[in-house]
Amino acid sequence: MTARGEEAAALALHRFGFGPADDQIRAIAGDPRGALLADLDRAFAGALATDLPSSGEAARVVSDFQAERKAEQKLALRVQKVGAADSQSQANTQPMSDLPKATVADAAPVPGKPPLPQQIIQSEAKARLDAVTSGVHVNPANGPDLGFVERLVWFWSNHFCVSADKISAMAGAYEREAIRPHVLGRFADLLLAVESHPAMVFYLDNVESMGADSIAGINRDKGLNENLARETLELHTLGVRSGYTQADITSLANVLTGWTWINPDQPDRGGEFIFNKRFHEPGAQNVLGKTYSDTGMDQGRAVLADLARHPATAQHIAQKLAVHFVADEPPPMLVAKLAKSFKDSDGNLTEVARALVTVDESWTPQRQKLKTPAEWIAGVIRLTGAQDTIPIGSIMNAQAALGEPLWRPPAPNGWPDSEAAWIDGVPRRIGIANQFAGRVRVADPLALLESGLGPLASADTRNTVARAETRNQAVALLVMSPEFLRR
Amino acid sequence: MLHAPSRRELLLASGTLFAWAYLPKLALAEGRDPRFLAVILRGALDGLATVAPVGDPDWVALRGDEALTFDGKVPALKLNDFFALNPAMPNLQRMFQANEAIILHACATPYRERSHFDGQDLLESGLPKPAPSETGWLNRMLAGLTPGGRVDPQGSNKGSRVFAVGPVTPLVARGPAPVLSWSPQRIQPASDDTVQRLLDLYRHSDAKLASVLEDNSKLTAIEQSGDMGIGQKARGPGPAQVRAYFSDAAGNAARFLAQPDGPRVGALALDGWDTHVNEGIATGRLSQLLGALDDALAAVKTNMGSAWKDTVVALATEFGRTARINGTDGTDHGTATVALLVGGALKGGRIIADWPGLKSTDLYENRDLKPTTDLRAVLKGVLKDHLRADARLLAQNVFPGSADVKPMAGLVS
Repeated sequence: MTARGEEAAALALHRFGFGPADDQIRAIAGDPRGALLADLDRAFAGALATDLPSSGEAARVVSDFQAERKAEQKLALRVQKVGAADSQSQANTQPMSDLPKATVADAAPVPGKPPLPQQIIQSEAKARLDAVTSGVHVNPANGPDLGFVERLVWFWSNHFCVSADKISAMAGAYEREAIRPHVLGRFADLLLAVESHPAMVFYLDNVESMGADSIAGINRDKGLNENLARETLELHTLGVRSGYTQADITSLANVLTGWTWINPDQPDRGGEFIFNKRFHEPGAQNVLGKTYSDTGMDQGRAVLADLARHPATAQHIAQKLAVHFVADEPPPMLVAKLAKSFKDSDGNLTEVARALVTVDESWTPQRQKLKTPAEWIAGVIRLTGAQDTIPIGSIMNAQAALGEPLWRPPAPNGWPDSEAAWIDGVPRRIGIANQFAGRVRVADPLALLESGLGPLASADTRNTVARAETRNQAVALLVMSPEFLRR
Repeated sequence: MLHAPSRRELLLASGTLFAWAYLPKLALAEGRDPRFLAVILRGALDGLATVAPVGDPDWVALRGDEALTFDGKVPALKLNDFFALNPAMPNLQRMFQANEAIILHACATPYRERSHFDGQDLLESGLPKPAPSETGWLNRMLAGLTPGGRVDPQGSNKGSRVFAVGPVTPLVARGPAPVLSWSPQRIQPASDDTVQRLLDLYRHSDAKLASVLEDNSKLTAIEQSGDMGIGQKARGPGPAQVRAYFSDAAGNAARFLAQPDGPRVGALALDGWDTHVNEGIATGRLSQLLGALDDALAAVKTNMGSAWKDTVVALATEFGRTARINGTDGTDHGTATVALLVGGALKGGRIIADWPGLKSTDLYENRDLKPTTDLRAVLKGVLKDHLRADARLLAQNVFPGSADVKPMAGLVS
């Protein structure tokens, strides 16, 4: 099957992007596959043009902010205590239990501006949304940005997730620093960037992991934390039940000892990754049958490089990509082809992405994937051009209300990628659709339907949109249509 | 709870009330300080189900069991011997009895097709024919009024331009005149009607989505019936939410207009009137919506306080609905309908209708109530006598091409 025409174009935009904006369906109808491939060749693909703080800077300013707040509260408490002591000596009427409440109120942030950590994450979220909607890296000469690379960013960010619940200052910076530079590079480089990022070593508890026989381990009577090692094998590379043993996990945990950060309260390089030799377990380690001599941090680099080219990793990544982009139960041939591309190219992710959009199995006309809440919201914003009219806070709230708050997955395995996980939440999307539709100005809902779905729109959907009571309702019905919910 | 919106809320608003920041000079010169609020009812309100012509000999035959009557299961409220009000609207009945309401019947814009979008555009743009327009009649009227001094003492919109808030200013209020805008913090919930339309769509095309939505609706129904055995929060928007939204939007609009230094002219839109299926005239969906609207009118009167005597509120919809009930216990898009005026400044207690009759031959295209009153005449009458808008301005700029449509006289006392 050769993907041609507007139907294939619309399919491409929804399945591999965030859905169309403007007249993209028509613009790429001549060669949808070629347009997707061109997305991969775009200069600075995946990069964000921002002046947002690095993860270290963010961690330090948030640490400063929290320290200052704490000091303010303490100071206020001190003043209250003096006042209370005075008034007690005079009238003895003020119960002490009132004090903490009053001081908290005194220390409340300036109204109208969210607290600093929230400001950082909102700025990160806005930059990320801008990449979906306007395509900050658009080069008009290359034709429209379909959003394919951004979808790959989202995929890898979820595959290698951290949670802002644990490390809010860095969640956005992590994605920009560890994920984005490598989504079209080598998987081995991506893996190393992730596992050696301060956000990841903190998120998966490696910052306090010490070899039992390391200098720090001996001095502090502390030892290993296996979390990062386990998830590296189970989630990030080989995949669960792919043959590794508990001994492999323990060995890898030993290998990764010393991969830590400088505490963010340090004014100089706080919040940055370091290899701390004093934490590192001395000696050779055996992982998956291979012995790695103790070369300090290079020992870990060597293990990760081997994990990156392990056949089980190729299989695991191929399966996840196929599930994410094509179907909850993808055709085995698709998975096999992606795995082969991964292996043959030594984990070149551009090659894997090319394979994904060139094999016929990726183009099944059945649209079996239900967009996750975040994908769906991004698609609504992209289609309606509402990025500048709906505040980022409202968008983040909507995403949270639908159960997928930005960068806050419940566990290290990330957000689920199946219809079963998200379909029960579809009725809730109606309220969000209504809210967003009420805030956008759409002159002609049927024209928007053409832009958004083109030939994918069924006659029923066309009629439903055409017969809507108001333009707002028409837009809400359009984005809630099965064709727009699925990809 | 209603509260006076703060400046910050104003700036965060997405725009439901739009208000002019000046006093109308000519009216002021007469010692009056008029308030005007336009309420756009989007979706096509069934005028015959709102104000029923119970004295028309063909009425009951036309609507059968769905016809409102004085002796129906839920008796309609008496306005006069010929017309009765939907039982969900006791507040409007009281206003009518207190000479604070005028009902225009068999009334329509010049639009004679039946598309919501075009019909709404025409209602709000004030143009004689469907055509793209970026401005609305209310705004153009304001632009032509002589300003009698700012009413916004804080004056933070220095250049006297529109506050750059949400982009969704209702068309009626868009245009060159400077407007403040504000919207209630609560958002209008997606209506049951939206859910029903999606359910119909899903049933035709996506069984899984249909089943999820059906299950969800059942849950919501159980919760709304008070059986809270299921530990889940209501997801669908109940009638209570719509009621709260209508009252919040209209009541707060009134609060604004009532302030001595507040704006004098405003507009807002209340959606949800497209009742194709299971209309629920006496009990059910339309009854609930009209009840919500009735509450909203009461909230306006209450919150206007002493300014109520200077107030006119005009409520209008894009067109009416079919005279007969359709095959699904609802009504389809029609032509003439009611327009409502309420407020203490009216010469009220009247129903103004050149009644066209309900026989098949009386109906417009043998299906709709025939329009005999041009809505523009009503609006022009109010704008001229209440706000002292210039007649030529009304005929040329506000409702272009309406020179032949004379402003209706005597609406305002």
